[in-house]
Amino acid sequence: MILQGLTFYLFAAIAVGAGVMVVSARNPVHSVLFLILTFFTTAGLFVLIGAEFLAMVLVVVYVGAVAVLFMFVVMMLDINFVEMREGFLQYMPIGVLVGIILLVELLMVLGTASLSPEVMAAGTEPIPDLAQRQNTAALGDVMYTKYIYLFQAAGMILLIAMIGAIVLTHRQRPGVRKQVISKQLARTREEAVELKKVQPGQGI
Amino acid sequence: MIEFLQIGLGHYLTLAAVLFTIGVFGIFLNRKNVIIILMSIELMLLAVNINLVAFSAYLHDLVGQIFAMFVLTVAAGEAAIGLAILVVYFRNRGTIEVEDINLMKG
Repeated sequence: MILQGLTFYLFAAIAVGAGVMVVSARNPVHSVLFLILTFFTTAGLFVLIGAEFLAMVLVVVYVGAVAVLFMFVVMMLDINFVEMREGFLQYMPIGVLVGIILLVELLMVLGTASLSPEVMAAGTEPIPDLAQRQNTAALGDVMYTKYIYLFQAAGMILLIAMIGAIVLTHRQRPGVRKQVISKQLARTREEAVELKKVQPGQGI
Repeated sequence: MIEFLQIGLGHYLTLAAVLFTIGVFGIFLNRKNVIIILMSIELMLLAVNINLVAFSAYLHDLVGQIFAMFVLTVAAGEAAIGLAILVVYFRNRGTIEVEDINLMKG
């Protein structure tokens, strides 16, 4: 129990610190790296709380795909990030104000809220004992039966997002020479080769 | 001391609240840089996921984790589309400053 508590505090501190660095780092590449650190520590917290599958999904999807996508975009676009930080201090007071108000509100809600026993008992899909069914298998049991339509809808969302991203960023550049196989195959000997008679000692 | 180390639902909810606030703060702080704003949105979605998973664990209900997975799906799609729009915008205008994005103002 003590080890669990210490681990939580360590991971939570790292996650919060990395989150602060995400929004305040000078270099966007550093921001992305701190975002990855935040995701990793949150995955650790998920393991701690017993959601192993979500932890692995977080590492694979967020760190492996989303964060790398961010990294690609940051590195591909030629942007003057120094210029972009002008006004950073100008927006600081209002940002701090809104942030503190929001945090105080959230914590006040948390401080007064308590779970009633009816809610605790009203779980629709109780988590099975870890010795009998693993987290991943238990998730699959529920997701592929009760939530199959939502699961397929999520797949459609991802498909549409993929198509949308490709349609948006794909472009036909003018003046690019590409191999046209039909043209190559349609070439005849007459248009490709020209024979000339060269007189000795004269050249063409 | 032992009570301090007893991790309950409130600890996770507080962490999620702090991360969410950092996300909002980041949007205010980086008003010009769309990439950091998108990253802040990812932070906020992560905070929401922590909330869902914490409730799922402490209520012994698996549905919270399933819901967190759907949130993750939407977050991935949002990041892909957002970054694609960003790349197209940069190609057309040569900048990604939020204050220059006012073509639709009329």
